[in-house]
Amino acid sequence: MENSVTLAIDGQSITVAEGTTLRAACDVAHHTVPTLCWHENLTPANACRACVVEVKGSRTLVASCSRIAENGMEVQTGSERVMNARKVVAELLLSTSDSNLAPDLIALAQNSGAQADRFAGGATWAQPALEDNNLYVRDLSKCILCYRCVEACGDDAQNTFAIAVAGRGFNAHIDAGFGRDLPESDCVYCGNCVAVCPTGALIGKKEWDLRQTGQWDESQITQTETICSFCGVGCELNLHVMDNQIIKVTSPMDHPVTHGMLCVKGRYGYEFAQSEEQS
Amino acid sequence: MNQVRRLLPDFGTTSSPTSVERLKERGFAEALRKVFAMSGEDIISQITESGIKGRGGAAFPTGLKWSSVYKAPGETKYVVMNADESELGTFKDRVLLEEDPLGALVGVLIAAHAVGAKKAFCYIRGEYRDVENRMAEALDTLRSQGWVGPDRVDVQIRRGAGAYIAGEETALFNSIEGKRPEPRVKPPFPTIKGLWASPTLIQNVETLANVAVLFAHDTEWFKQYGTKETIGTKLVAISGHVKQPGVYEVPFGMSLTDILNAPDLGGGIAGSGRLGAMLLGGAAGTFLTPEEIAKSSLDYASLGAVGANIGSGAVMVFDDTVDLVGVTTRLARFFAEESCGQCVPCRVGTQRVVELIENDGIQSRPQDLRELGLAMRDASICGLGQTAPLALLSLLDRPELRQHA
Ligand SMILES: Cc1cc2nc3c(=O)[nH]c(=O)nc-3n(C[C@H](O)[C@H](O)[C@H](O)COP(=O)(O)O)c2cc1C
Ligand code: SF4
Ligand code: SF4
Ligand code: SF4
Ligand code: FES
Repeated sequence: MENSVTLAIDGQSITVAEGTTLRAACDVAHHTVPTLCWHENLTPANACRACVVEVKGSRTLVASCSRIAENGMEVQTGSERVMNARKVVAELLLSTSDSNLAPDLIALAQNSGAQADRFAGGATWAQPALEDNNLYVRDLSKCILCYRCVEACGDDAQNTFAIAVAGRGFNAHIDAGFGRDLPESDCVYCGNCVAVCPTGALIGKKEWDLRQTGQWDESQITQTETICSFCGVGCELNLHVMDNQIIKVTSPMDHPVTHGMLCVKGRYGYEFAQSEEQS
Repeated sequence: MNQVRRLLPDFGTTSSPTSVERLKERGFAEALRKVFAMSGEDIISQITESGIKGRGGAAFPTGLKWSSVYKAPGETKYVVMNADESELGTFKDRVLLEEDPLGALVGVLIAAHAVGAKKAFCYIRGEYRDVENRMAEALDTLRSQGWVGPDRVDVQIRRGAGAYIAGEETALFNSIEGKRPEPRVKPPFPTIKGLWASPTLIQNVETLANVAVLFAHDTEWFKQYGTKETIGTKLVAISGHVKQPGVYEVPFGMSLTDILNAPDLGGGIAGSGRLGAMLLGGAAGTFLTPEEIAKSSLDYASLGAVGANIGSGAVMVFDDTVDLVGVTTRLARFFAEESCGQCVPCRVGTQRVVELIENDGIQSRPQDLRELGLAMRDASICGLGQTAPLALLSLLDRPELRQHA
């Protein structure tokens, strides 16, 4: 077949289109690899290393989320080196960040047999949450530095470049520029960073408040689809409703117009819809 | 005499290091005239024939790299000299640039002509201000002779800002581009997609100096020193418990024992006078026992047999009273400080290694340390995280080095 490549994944021969990543090829082979930082609508950040696989002939393991499949590659998704790396990645993150709202990390930890406290007891990222605006909260004690928010705010979606990674080593962190509060930064509150955050480190203010008071109840939440009425672009909205109140607005990640990304009006304008209802 | 003087000028040399006189005396003026009349292909085939390998640590065959950049599609190409030199115990590029700055710069010009680059950057460690000034003077000399400039090769100096990671080639490109020096994912390799996404040839200072002396002479001359597998000479930076620490040029293949003891090299073990261990290759290197040192020579195959690497040529020597666990703790702190923070195994791993070994982990939790170290080596994005655990792993593998403390 032209424009296709054939490779072996755990001994199984697989043919995929040229340009397919190893991660996607592993999916085809039903040997799915875990991922944390990878997101379907964002450029691979290569940061978490949960997705590493062993490629014959390669000195180090290879991040499958970004590596493009080549003809004749021999890939192992469950070798001893892979399993050790995955497990250690999970343990390192658990020892650093609060994983309560991070389902992918929790699943990685479980599936890799991680011992949650193996590397615990040292420095952590525990820190007070930043509640400096009415729309979303930054609880960076939950952050795993997956870079998704930075990419969503940058040229993968929003092109605002309000946030970036600052500091180095263990002190690296998401920053709105010189440690500023969000209202002083370039942020336009589109909430796209919140939409892609896999750990709840970025979380809508409404959800945050409800969780703080123990009122957030997933089982009571229903979703309603609608089209945003603020302008003519036609963004699809999912209204998350609890107790007759809109508590969160998202857009489907596979929606052809939005790709999950919205503007401040669509994402946080629901206060306005509710105020009309109530009047 | 065990020392060689080829990359470094002869002891008797009196001309100013940045002068036109030096340019002629070292044969560089003639080399430039010769090379600029040659085709890229011919230059590259001579480089390949000379067997030069990268001297920045990875020992990648230089000819192969040049030919990859030469063949890479693209109008704009760049050459970069990597003078960031921030590896612990490595100070050979500094000495080379102080004593003979024209050599490496002539190497840059030859490289640019060979691969078809019109623009080159010299990225120099921020703390090397005096060296940078000398390099600028040498560039002025080359400019005055018509070798540097918009019609030939435009060469600019860029200064680092104190980050070891900025010496990693792709982090260095980001730094030149004005971004955070985070390493990029490879592939794509710099030869295809480097500086501003253009094909880029990046070489260490010493590699480029080798190119200059090669063309100042010829391949036969170049092959006078070294072994069959590894041709030429290497600068070693010897520090620690030797009587004469410093930078020396030696042929590949020289025994480590001679490097330590020869009267015109290390001059013998200082301190207690009894050799305890050697850390070869800087912070990213491996500890060797006296027995391993006794049977090894400065060659990739010989060192590979004991799990070591020449790296950048850093040779740190410890007498038998030094607490190597303490040394390893310091190395671990260095990596934790210098990690860029991008990937989990290195960002968190370097921190946990420090915490564990500060709490007697080498004694009490060797298995956890080993698994952590292997995950860092295997799964980190770049060479920093991949090599950060090597000294530690080598110490775990050599219990005899932990007897005295
Ligand atoms: C953390 C790190 C730091 C590095 N620092 C340097 C450096 O200061 N100088 C250097 O030449 N190479 C350094 N390297 C190696 C470069 O990435 C690259 O391999 C080298 O510049 C290529 O040149 P060569 O082939 O001439 O050795 C470093 C690599 C890593 C991973
Ligand atoms: S809300 Fe939008 S603009 Fe503000 S930081 Fe997040 S992505 Fe950037
Ligand atoms: S805040 Fe969320 S999206 Fe941003 S880096 Fe941290 S975990 Fe990732
Ligand atoms: S290995 Fe360390 S220095 Fe290299 S990219 Fe990862 S965090 Fe940065
Ligand atoms: S998913 Fe590949 S590095 Fe994070």
